[in-house]
Amino acid sequence: MIIGGIDCGAKNTKAVILKDGDIIGKGMALTGFDQALAVKESFDAALKDAGIEKKDVDKISGTGAGMEDIKDADIKVNEVKAMAKAANYFFPSARTVADVGAEMGRAAKINEKGQVIDFAINEKCAAGAGAFIEAMARALEVKLEEMGPMAIRSDKSIPMNAQCTIFAESEVVGLIHAKTQKIDISRAIHDAMASRIVAMIRRIGVNEDIVMIGGVGLNTGFVHSLKAELGIGEIYIPEDPAFGQAVGAAVVAKEEA
Amino acid sequence: MIANYGYKDGSGDYFIAIDTDKCDGCGKCVEACPAGVFEVVDEDPNDPFREEPLIIVVGDKRKKLKYECGPCKPPTNRPPLPCIEACPHDVISHSW
Amino acid sequence: MAEEKKQEFWRWTESNWRNPDIKWEDAKIVSAGIDVGSVSSQATVMTDGQIYAYSNMRTGSDSPESARNALNYALEGTDIPESRIDYCIGTGYGRVNVPMADRSITEIACHARGAHFIYGPEVRTVLDVGGQDCKAIRSDEKGKVINFLMNDKCAAGTGRGMEVFADLLSVPINDVGERSFEVKEEPEPVSSTCVVYAKTEATGLLRKGWEVNEVLAAYCSAMAERIFTLIERIGIEEKFAITGGMAKNKGVIDRLMKIIGLEAMKTDWDTQIAGAAGAALFGYALVQKGKGRKK
Repeated sequence: MIIGGIDCGAKNTKAVILKDGDIIGKGMALTGFDQALAVKESFDAALKDAGIEKKDVDKISGTGAGMEDIKDADIKVNEVKAMAKAANYFFPSARTVADVGAEMGRAAKINEKGQVIDFAINEKCAAGAGAFIEAMARALEVKLEEMGPMAIRSDKSIPMNAQCTIFAESEVVGLIHAKTQKIDISRAIHDAMASRIVAMIRRIGVNEDIVMIGGVGLNTGFVHSLKAELGIGEIYIPEDPAFGQAVGAAVVAKEEA
Repeated sequence: MIANYGYKDGSGDYFIAIDTDKCDGCGKCVEACPAGVFEVVDEDPNDPFREEPLIIVVGDKRKKLKYECGPCKPPTNRPPLPCIEACPHDVISHSW
Repeated sequence: MAEEKKQEFWRWTESNWRNPDIKWEDAKIVSAGIDVGSVSSQATVMTDGQIYAYSNMRTGSDSPESARNALNYALEGTDIPESRIDYCIGTGYGRVNVPMADRSITEIACHARGAHFIYGPEVRTVLDVGGQDCKAIRSDEKGKVINFLMNDKCAAGTGRGMEVFADLLSVPINDVGERSFEVKEEPEPVSSTCVVYAKTEATGLLRKGWEVNEVLAAYCSAMAERIFTLIERIGIEEKFAITGGMAKNKGVIDRLMKIIGLEAMKTDWDTQIAGAAGAALFGYALVQKGKGRKK
C-alpha cells in the first residue's frame, strides 16, 4: 500500500511517500505565503524521488499548521498524534517525543504503541521554536547552519537573561559590544532555548527513550545543549528529522486504512 | 501593598501575589518551597520606608515561574500548594 | 565615498531641559534621580522637590556609562556642580549599575511617586509602558504603591514591540500614532500575540494588499488589547495616568482608553521622566527624614 504524508509547516512543507511501511520518497518546498502551491511542489518532489505518479498513491494524509490547504488529503491528522506515531515508527522504544519546528515546540509522553498519554504545546511564543535561533543568527550576523557547530566549540557557559526573542536580540547585541566571543554567545543561545524545551518536556515527564523530530533536530548545537540540560546520554533523532511529522501522518493514515 | 511577581506571555499569565501588609518575613514559605522561589529581604525594594523584613520572589525565578512552580501544579488532582500551606498570615496567592 | 545613512525608524527625539525659574543656590536639599531603562535613560535634578533639570536619552550598551551620560546631559547648560547633589537614587532596569547612586529603588515605587508629581494627587492608577516592560500600578493619594504588576518577559505590549513594527513598516516611530488613524475603517487587530509572529502576519497582510496605515492600526489595536488584559488584573480606579514612552503613542493610547472607557490625565511634562522624577523625590524625602547622607 502506498501512502503519502504531507506536513505543511510554518516555514517548510514536507512530503513523504511510504510503501508498505518503508519510506521510498521525500520532497520539500518553502511554504512561503502560498501554502497550496508549496503542498503541490513538495508532493511532486516526493513522487519524483519515489519514481511513481500521483495516481499510484492509495491515500494521502495531511498535517501541520497549514493543514487546511492540503486539499488532496484524504484524512487530516492531528499534529500531536502524528508526532507520537512518528517517534514510534522510528524508535519503537520511544516513550517521550519532542518536536521543535520553525514556529512551534511540542512534547508528548507516549506508550509502546505510539499513542499519546500526555502532551504540551507552545505555538504562541517564538522563544520556544526555531524562529529564536534564526533571529539570533541574524543578530550575530552568522549563517543559520553555522550556529550549531559554533556553539559546540564553546567551553564557556554564559547565562541569557532574556526569555523573549526580541529582548534576546538586544541582549546579544550587548554581548557583542562587550566583546564576548561569538561561539560563546551561540552556546548561550542554544542553552537558553534548550532550557525552555526541557521545561516543556518536564511538564509531561521525562521518560526514556527520548526522541526528537522537527527541523531544529538538525542543529547539533541545540541537541548538545538539550542533552546537557536533560542530563541524559542519548537522544534519538531520525535521519531527516524535519520529515518526522510527515512520516507520522502517513503512519496514521496507514493504520486507519 | 500587593506585589505581583511573574509574567504574561503567549501561553498565559503566571503571577504570584504577595500581600506585603500581612507579611512579617517569617520565612516559612522559603523553607516550604521546593524550587527556591521566595527569599526574605530586609529592605522592601518597592517601599524604601518599610522597616520590617518581607518576602519577595527571587529575581532569577521571576520570569520562569510557570516552570519553577510546575512540579507543584500537576494538571490533575492538584494538592494544596506548599508555600500557601506554610504561610501563617495568608500572604501568598497564585494567579494560575 | 558618500555613505548613505540608513534611516533608523525607531529613533525618537532625545532632550534635556532646565527650569528657568529656579535658582539652585537657594535650595536646601538637592536630590537626583537616575532611571536607567533598557531602552532609554533619564536623569532629573530636584531642588527641594521641584524639578530643576532633566534629560531623556537612549540607553547605550553600558549601564554605568548611560547613567553618567544621562546625568551629564541633565546638568548641561546649568552651572550646578554635581557635588551639590545631596542624595542620588538609581532606578530602572540598570539601577544596580548607577555608580553615583547612594541607593536604588525599584521603578515601580518611582513611577508611582513620579506620576503623582507629574499628574497630581488624584492619580490612582498608573500605566507605564517602557522599552522592555509594561507596568500597572495602583497608588494612593500620596503616590504610594498599593498594588502592582509588571511584565518584562514578553515584548508584546512593550516599546520594543512597537519599535520593531515601526522598523518593519518603515514608519518613523513618532508618526505611528497619527498614521494609524488615517484609515477608512478600523481593521481587526493582529491575531498573533508574539511580536516575531506578528511581523510575519503583518508581512502577509501587506502582500494581501493592506495599506501600511491599516497594518499600523491593526497592530496598535492588538497592543492596546494586550496592555488592557494586563492592567485589568489589578483593577482600574480613576484617575488614570500614563507614564513612560508609550504615553506618546496616540495610536495605542487612544485605543486603550477607548477599551477602558476613561480619559487619561494630561500633563505638560515629558512622561518619560516619571521614573527619574520619582527617584529624585524619594531622595528628597529620605534626606528630610534624616535617612539620607547629607553633606
